[in-house]
Amino acid sequence: MKLVTGVIQPHRLDDVKSALEAAGIRGMTVSEASGYGRQKGHTEVYRGAEYTVDLVPKVRVEVLVADEDAPTVVDVVVKAAQTGRIGDGKVWTTALDDVVRVRTGEHGDAAL
Amino acid sequence: MEWDTGAAAWMLTSASLVLLMTPGLALFYGGMVRGKSVLNMMMMSFGAIGVVGVIYVLWGWSMSYGADVGGVVGNPFDQFGLSGTLFDDAGAAVVSPLGNYPQVIDVAFQVTFAIITVALISGAIADRVKFGTWMVFAGVWATFVYFPMAHMVWGGGLLSADGPFGSIAAPIDFAGGTVVHINAGAAALVLAIVVGKRKGFGTEPMRPHNLTMVMLGAALLWFGWFGFNAGSAFGANETAGLAWVNTTSATAAAMLAWLITEKVRDGSATSLGGASGVVAGLVAITPAAGSVSPVGALVLGAVAGVLSALAVGLKYKLGFDDSLDVVGVHLVSGLWGTVAIGFLATETGLFYGGGAAQLAVQVIIAVIAVVFSLVMTTIIALVLKATMGWRISEEAEVGGIDLAVHSESAYETIQQGSVAKEIRA
Repeated sequence: MKLVTGVIQPHRLDDVKSALEAAGIRGMTVSEASGYGRQKGHTEVYRGAEYTVDLVPKVRVEVLVADEDAPTVVDVVVKAAQTGRIGDGKVWTTALDDVVRVRTGEHGDAAL
Repeated sequence: MEWDTGAAAWMLTSASLVLLMTPGLALFYGGMVRGKSVLNMMMMSFGAIGVVGVIYVLWGWSMSYGADVGGVVGNPFDQFGLSGTLFDDAGAAVVSPLGNYPQVIDVAFQVTFAIITVALISGAIADRVKFGTWMVFAGVWATFVYFPMAHMVWGGGLLSADGPFGSIAAPIDFAGGTVVHINAGAAALVLAIVVGKRKGFGTEPMRPHNLTMVMLGAALLWFGWFGFNAGSAFGANETAGLAWVNTTSATAAAMLAWLITEKVRDGSATSLGGASGVVAGLVAITPAAGSVSPVGALVLGAVAGVLSALAVGLKYKLGFDDSLDVVGVHLVSGLWGTVAIGFLATETGLFYGGGAAQLAVQVIIAVIAVVFSLVMTTIIALVLKATMGWRISEEAEVGGIDLAVHSESAYETIQQGSVAKEIRA
């Protein structure tokens, strides 16, 4: 099993969600995140004082998938999140030892 | 007694409007600080309501409008506890000297001014001051600075038409350019310096945590200011109407002027700039609301918006942490409004052929107000520093004054100050 994690532009979340649903993914976890990559931060001005803000708002999308589905899901997320501009984010996969469905106690692929 | 019920009703309404300004100020200031100190910021305003609301009926009114002592202050024992203020010896209601309504309504109106003036100062010392020291300061400052100033300007003292400058021209402070805004602004400058900078001032981000609160607060201030200015006509009459219109026209012009200044200088017209421009305009028109034309008010307000927008950056250059720009907004626009009367007053102003007498007198009362407030506040601030102390511990300040001092937090999760790395004015 794999965990696919994407840290993406917040305004791409709806597209990513729809694309994952269309690809047959039945669940995901979304959380607010903040961070920066190559685009660095942005500048805000309050009463003439400029603040350089390093960490900018991002959204983190996490999806649990079977090993064989991982490349497809990564592809779907990347396509849906892409704008081609700097700051689009990253997607990565992590290998998992086990997954348990809390309601039934099922393990492994059965829990996905 | 046949009262002028129109005047009485309007003055009671005005007093209520002005009292609402202080909770409005709490929102305006509260939104501008970080989330970890919003409750303390708001409590400094509410605390001022408590302290000043109590001492005003005991000795505040008497020191402002009681028997004159040397032109500087009223005798606190003359009408201590409002004895003789409400009823005369025969048991009849005392009539206000300002209109045909009971004098007790003047007490109501004036206490609200004393409260907001004290509360205004708190913006200079956000995030870092012991609540007890603030509460003591509120009472002591009102007693030794506000009440004397109110007496000098409005109670027949040195800075009134009956004072020594009255022979040149009657000084004009319609609703509190000197008594309220110059007074509070100069006191704020002193406290910012005596109390010292917040840890991280000028390097760490101290962004306003909730600009919607700031805008709501500015709106409530504007609404309450109709009582402040139009109520200072002491009647429901043509002067009240003029003050209302001037209050709105100057404020609208000041907001636009601040936004344009920002757009040109910083690239964006901001909501904080809009809210700040509103307050700068309200401050500037306060002393002039009854003596300029609505078109004059537009000019007065527009200049105030530009001046204050430029002035708020000075604290970074000069290195004092006037956290929420009480100096840049209230002192600067208060000075401008007071002096601008000398140019723009329709009866005595320089631009209307009135010569320089009014201008000279306006400058004199403005300077005296600044000096009086600076000197008196410095003494009070230094005494408190040596006795109670002003600052909370560095640990408490960094962790958040709400939790450390009030054992509360405003929100479930508190925004941390680590998202930005530098600021420049």
